[in-house]
Amino acid sequence: MSFGSILFDHNGVLPKTPDALQFLSDLHLDQVIEAIIAPKREYDLKPFFLTPLHDVETILYRQEVMRELESEPLMVILRAFAEQMSVVRRYLAMVEKLDFELHKKGWFLEAALVYCNAVKKLAGHLENSRFRSRGLRLFRDYVMQYVRSSPFLSLADEADQVKKALSEVRYCVIIENGKFKVGPYEEEEDYSVEVENTFAKFKQAAAEEYLVKLSQRSGMSHIEAIILEFVARLYPEPFAALREFCARHNPFVDETLRAFDREIQFYIAYLEFIGDFRREGLPFCYPQVSAEGRESYVREGFDLALALSMRRQGERTVVCNDFFLRAPERILVVTGPNQGGKTTFARMFGQLHYLASLGCPVPGREARLVLFDKLFTYFETEEDIRNLRGKLEDDLFRVHQILSQATPQSILIFNEPFASTALHDALFLSKEVMARVIDLDARCGWVTFLDELASMSEKVVSMVAMVDPTDPTIRTFKVVRQPANGLAYAFSLAQKHRLTYHDIQERIHDEGLSTVS
Amino acid sequence: MMKVFLLYPEQDFDASQPLPPLAEDLVQDLELKVLLEAMAKGDEHLFRASTRVLLSGVQDMAVIHYRQEILQDCLKHPDVIRRIYRIPLEFMERKRRQWLWISTRYSPPASILNSAQQMLAATLDLLWELRRIADAYAEQFTSRGFRRFFTMIQQELDDSYLALVERQVNALRFPQGVLLSARLGAGNEGAEYVLRKPNNADQPWIKRMLTRKSPTYSYTLHPRDEAGARILGELRDRGVARAANAVAQAADHIESFFKVLQFELAFYLGCLNLHEALEQLGAPIAFPRPAPVQERRLSCTNLYDVTLLLTMQQAVVGNDVAADGKKLIVITGPNQGGKTTFLRSLGVAQLMMQAGMFVPAESFSANVCTALFTHFKRAEDKTLESGKFQEELQRMSAIVDHLTPNALLLCNESFASTNEREGSEIAWQIVSALLEKRVKVFYVTHMYELAQRFYENDRADALFLRAERLPDGTRTFRLREGEPLETSYGVDVYRKIFGEDNEPLQRESEFARYSGSLQGQQ
Repeated sequence: MSFGSILFDHNGVLPKTPDALQFLSDLHLDQVIEAIIAPKREYDLKPFFLTPLHDVETILYRQEVMRELESEPLMVILRAFAEQMSVVRRYLAMVEKLDFELHKKGWFLEAALVYCNAVKKLAGHLENSRFRSRGLRLFRDYVMQYVRSSPFLSLADEADQVKKALSEVRYCVIIENGKFKVGPYEEEEDYSVEVENTFAKFKQAAAEEYLVKLSQRSGMSHIEAIILEFVARLYPEPFAALREFCARHNPFVDETLRAFDREIQFYIAYLEFIGDFRREGLPFCYPQVSAEGRESYVREGFDLALALSMRRQGERTVVCNDFFLRAPERILVVTGPNQGGKTTFARMFGQLHYLASLGCPVPGREARLVLFDKLFTYFETEEDIRNLRGKLEDDLFRVHQILSQATPQSILIFNEPFASTALHDALFLSKEVMARVIDLDARCGWVTFLDELASMSEKVVSMVAMVDPTDPTIRTFKVVRQPANGLAYAFSLAQKHRLTYHDIQERIHDEGLSTVS
Repeated sequence: MMKVFLLYPEQDFDASQPLPPLAEDLVQDLELKVLLEAMAKGDEHLFRASTRVLLSGVQDMAVIHYRQEILQDCLKHPDVIRRIYRIPLEFMERKRRQWLWISTRYSPPASILNSAQQMLAATLDLLWELRRIADAYAEQFTSRGFRRFFTMIQQELDDSYLALVERQVNALRFPQGVLLSARLGAGNEGAEYVLRKPNNADQPWIKRMLTRKSPTYSYTLHPRDEAGARILGELRDRGVARAANAVAQAADHIESFFKVLQFELAFYLGCLNLHEALEQLGAPIAFPRPAPVQERRLSCTNLYDVTLLLTMQQAVVGNDVAADGKKLIVITGPNQGGKTTFLRSLGVAQLMMQAGMFVPAESFSANVCTALFTHFKRAEDKTLESGKFQEELQRMSAIVDHLTPNALLLCNESFASTNEREGSEIAWQIVSALLEKRVKVFYVTHMYELAQRFYENDRADALFLRAERLPDGTRTFRLREGEPLETSYGVDVYRKIFGEDNEPLQRESEFARYSGSLQGQQ
């Protein structure tokens, strides 16, 4: 079997990505994906991260490659290759935008030099490597065959010769009013110091700011292009060789290497991203994945977006949580104090399934997950004046849409639905919707402060966010499998934020207080 | 002194000042982007100026009146205003064209020199245009601001000043004919340019030509090849960068005046654009009557939500309010009844009044407030710092940090993210304390317990409004005075979405069984 793609075990093309994945932003996976791909903007990796897989075989193909890439020496080699390929792309893109023939060809040559060097180094490193994954084995064989092929050998040799001849050229430009001359350099002396002294009297104290800009320039004007033409007439041989080189070797980048260079970044980006978390002691694992089955679990799972946000703020600990679902259980109802980690737990539930379906290691010590066909989330949205349906009507409309599209293989995540309606209404509507989810038999995570929902059916598992038993204002962010306990801690929070009646009395100062004797 | 002074009688508007605290929340909650976009009409300068001025409202009633006068002049002479505004705009445009003629940010020395010279020369006609306008219209404008502005132009931009500028532009000329050495760098670009002293420079020219051994190629520029001439100049002037710098800095002085003029006028142009948009939709405007900060005044007729109007592009329902002497307004009523819209219209009108603008109403009068804050219900905070309720408390606490007596706070469904009993209690404590500290509070709420508690409190300085719902369920989007009602209308909406004939699925007996068994375990 010959090498096709490092992302797909068969010669498959990327399935069409759905346009809008609302659930990504609800699960904060959009932040995670942005953080993963941000250092790799030029590779356009987003489509790969927006395309969950639904076949176990391809997921295993990726898991194999990813495991192998965890070896640091291999990663160093691939990173070096990627950096040089990036330079090649930048040069070639620039060539497209340039106007003058010899300027374009000059940069084309630079690109080819960098490319040859990159491929030779890669081949040198891969030659003696032994790989276990199908993907990397096939790729190694491909590179070794390519680097020994005669087209590549002649490309590399000619590029070196042409460059050497050009770099030996020296010349002079003589500028007069409205015209100029070009001739060879004949050891003339440096004159800039004298000219500067002549105009020293114009120097202003505050002139620094412009001088910084003055020292830099780039690109080529038509005048410089004419100068270059004249130089080429003075020294015709190296430029003739350059023209011949460009005619013979355009394009020079191998298509398979080009695709590999992009696709391997999917793995590199993800591993670099999770590397920082692993160093902090957070576990990631390759989940067991199956297409069907009614049992799933995670040990020490966590919300990756929360971990990311905490790291950005310099905080370290993210709390890990477990769950399991065994037939007939299908629904996790999460209750407990506000800010106790309920929503985070629900997000983790969704994130685990999504990341597993990309073929990636998931945030957790150990996991077994069943693939989903569709993932739906229902989170509060901000009020939008363009949407003139009442908010509740809009909410119910969305719930109705989700329920009519979901199947028993789907995953639904509800985060405090109907929280903005009166208590009586919220309870009525929540029970209605829950009853429909139970009938559907889909997997579901449901965050609520309505304890009643946690005991609605044998399909429902009650999970509770815990507080510190010695101080109820301290959240532990542990979410534990136990009956809902009906405790809420709103008032203690208000105290914490100094928002009780007495706090506010103290915090706002009366006007003109200082003038009162 | 060349000073613009169109926003304050005796100072420039300081656009470098930070926006007031929590201004982003205000923009988001009051949907100010819609208003600002109508003012900007796609112009980023207008957007920026309108944003800064609208959000940095003033408390000084004299300044409000000063701006109202100027704005009235603007409404009377919109074409003159636009003509003045074109002057700094043209200046910026010329600057952009001439200074940044090459795609790179780092223009070569010759280009800066050339452009700065040309720009100063070209500025003369703009300064003349400004003076012509001043001469023509000084008598027709009645506001103090414009009268001062025109007088200043006539005095400061006299002939001697303009002549000085011209002399300085012409004073700078440079030696001709230079020799540079170079080699081919990456991409065959000329590299390592070094200014060289010609060999045998002391000998006569004819002798030098004869002693030069190697062939040379020469090129004469087409007379109309201005870009080429500039590039030659760039190479030539490589060693004289500091001279270019001096000219560029001279241009800076004029530029700074034009920048202030552009900024301050941009705000009034924004008002003109908005005025036109409202006029086309047949919506009324009024110049508001501000009342002193210590008073409690609010009365208006046909006050409408200008952002909703601009979004819908058609007339929207306005409201009349008579709330003089009231410190607290509690607004209740059904979903989709126009509560948020009403609250937003109050906030927007207050901001517009304190920016010196007209307001979207037939009449409007309110006391000036020291600051305006919004606490609106939000989707969950994206930064994940906390749960929803925690996030609400944090925002409220941040507001309390900045609250002073005589500020105005708009609450929209605040503390609805926890359950109703707790939310009501916390809101009660906060609002009661704020009222005692002379903070004015408008509160939209679903929480029956909260609204009812204030109602039963029977305070004379509180007003209770309810979004109207007719017996058949129709909403009129009007607010009526009235006591809070207990029900929301969730069941109506549920039937509408899930269908009239789709009976609720709840099987009470089954739920009772499971909840019973779980309770048994406890």
